Amino acid sequence: MMPASKLFFRGAFNFLLFLQLLNIHSVCAAAEQVIAIAYLTQVQNTPPPLTILDPFIKDKGLPGAELAIKDNNTTGQFTSQKFVLKKFIVPVNGDVTDVFNKNIGDKFHYVVSLLAKDNLIKIADSASAKHTLFFDAATQDDALRNGQCRSNVLHILPSRAMRADALAQYMMKKRWTNWFLVIGNTQEDQLFADAIRRAAKRFGIKIVAEKNWEHTFDARRTAQSVVSVFSQTDDYDVLAVADEEGQFGEYLDYRTWIPRPVIGTQGLVATAWHRTHEQWGAIQIQNRFKEAAKRWMEEQDYAAYLAVRAIGEAATRTKSNDVKVVQDYMLSEKFALQGYKGSPLSFRFWDGQLRQPILLAAPRSLVTVAPVEGFLHPKTELDTLGFDQPESTCNMAIKQ
Amino acid sequence: MKNKILALILTILCAAARAETVFVTLEKDNALAVVDPLAGKLIKTVNVGRRPRGIAISPDNKSLLIAVSDDNTIKIIDADTLKEIGALPSGDDPETFALNPKGDKLYVSNEDNSLVTVIDIAKKKVIKQIKVGVEPEGITVSPDNRWAVSASETTNMLHWIDTKTGAIIDNTLVDPRPRAVSFTADSQQLWTTSEMAGTLTILDTKTRQAIKNINFAIPGVAADKIQPVGVVIDNDRHKGYVALGPANRVAIINAQTYEVEKYLLTGQRVWNLAFSPNQERLYTTNGVSNDISIIDLETQQVTKSIAVGTYPWGVAVKP
Repeated sequence: MMPASKLFFRGAFNFLLFLQLLNIHSVCAAAEQVIAIAYLTQVQNTPPPLTILDPFIKDKGLPGAELAIKDNNTTGQFTSQKFVLKKFIVPVNGDVTDVFNKNIGDKFHYVVSLLAKDNLIKIADSASAKHTLFFDAATQDDALRNGQCRSNVLHILPSRAMRADALAQYMMKKRWTNWFLVIGNTQEDQLFADAIRRAAKRFGIKIVAEKNWEHTFDARRTAQSVVSVFSQTDDYDVLAVADEEGQFGEYLDYRTWIPRPVIGTQGLVATAWHRTHEQWGAIQIQNRFKEAAKRWMEEQDYAAYLAVRAIGEAATRTKSNDVKVVQDYMLSEKFALQGYKGSPLSFRFWDGQLRQPILLAAPRSLVTVAPVEGFLHPKTELDTLGFDQPESTCNMAIKQ
Repeated sequence: MKNKILALILTILCAAARAETVFVTLEKDNALAVVDPLAGKLIKTVNVGRRPRGIAISPDNKSLLIAVSDDNTIKIIDADTLKEIGALPSGDDPETFALNPKGDKLYVSNEDNSLVTVIDIAKKKVIKQIKVGVEPEGITVSPDNRWAVSASETTNMLHWIDTKTGAIIDNTLVDPRPRAVSFTADSQQLWTTSEMAGTLTILDTKTRQAIKNINFAIPGVAADKIQPVGVVIDNDRHKGYVALGPANRVAIINAQTYEVEKYLLTGQRVWNLAFSPNQERLYTTNGVSNDISIIDLETQQVTKSIAVGTYPWGVAVKP
């Protein structure tokens, strides 16, 4: 005969056990692993229209991320993982850091960022970003991938150096090795010009002349008279232009003093994605994107797509939503992401840059894809583009 | 004397058996190339419609089925006269498809809509549409007609479809961008290639799980150039063959030990594969060099390449 108190305890214990079982059962029933991703961007002022051909796109990036979430969840339904995307769109004059600290940091481990460099650095360094992995789907900045790199930031778009290298490889193949460099007057234009100079040096291209654009941006006044005078210089094979905002670069082609093609930010451009691209299954994603977004896929859309797909791929393979596990897998040699460009994409572990082929495109035709055949590398030809491990001044592995 | 007669008869029989025809779809030429592989000659090319890709021959060898992607249909073509005798409602942009062993049902991948469409060939009617992962491509039916397996390139999965009910019974996660799927003749194994990981995975049909994952390594070829696509296994599961895409090689795999035995240099971006009826030869389509290669499987050597036209894609053989 057991004392009443003991009986009570046993009863209570059994009841607790029962509750525990119920609890386990409910967990199993819902055994879905949730991977929450924040999408963070800031509204930009609409710039004055340069042409009626290309309307200003306000939501660059977002439809790409949304398409990827759908793709991830198609896989997820078979693997019991659920991917959730939460948008945070900061107004023009809003405080990005504030939004991040209040709503994102500590709550989301994965952030797809469409922010400019300064804001990205600020939030990546904040205390609440300790366990956050950022996917930079907007910048091309080389400093951010070198001296200013952060161990919790991965970069999806090719850097300026990668783009300039891609152009240089193709120009080497064509043997158009004397360049006339024309530079716009923004800070970004200077950075692109730096990348062009670096590529020229790397691949043995000669910059025979260099000029800064100091004229107006008015097509009526500028185009005919100014460009033909401005472009009189020593003979060259191609004109390389650095005009990232597209303020005057479009005026150069067909108006130069001597008949020479234009490359760089206009003319033949080096880009992560382009509407003319249809090889390697690209036509499929072009179609799917267009159907969903009702417009062409832009570079930032592609980057946001890849960012979310990279999270999906790593989470599915590791069966984990733990950011440390996911990041380690992403930076490992096992990681291979399909990006519709003929080679598996992966991250450079030394600077977090996504290694990828770069498209060289004219407005209505895909000219070629870099790395150009013949540029060899002991590990992967993709690393002939941009800062290779020995050149990098970032070492994420050590900084971690 | 008797022996001599027997030998003569055998010779005649063999000669008859060797008179085979190879059909190759030419994606950019909107045409079908007809090749006499033994003479090593392109006999002719005939127009078949816009962007022909997937191709198969009926079990009775009387008709060819060709996916004409930009015409959104699968055409039925008389294998002798090469005249069109019908068209099937394939859904949008058909690329790859598989016939069941009887040859009365067709399973089509609709890449843009993430669907597998099942078609009754005699009635020329869609029987069922099955929702699968994103961008389904490779598809095959087991020789015992138990399974239809669809590989979705972006979801990275194999979807195991019960051929009786059309329901998905199981899904297997495989390496990135699975391309082709192929059963062994005994239906006990499924072989699948991953274009982005550069691997071949062999699965046990019973468990639907991988029993072996094979990596390819070729001296002097960067790992990311090795992109396995087409895969076939011989009838006695002696050897398997994998086309390695831009690595421009076909790998020979020992199907018993799973060791990669040899790499044969073929044309550029080698893509799809087909055996000769007696499995003495292998035909490969080479998408970039615009030719097909003939591999003698006895000597394991590429004996010939034949220019066929622009972007050779699929290949089918008529005895």
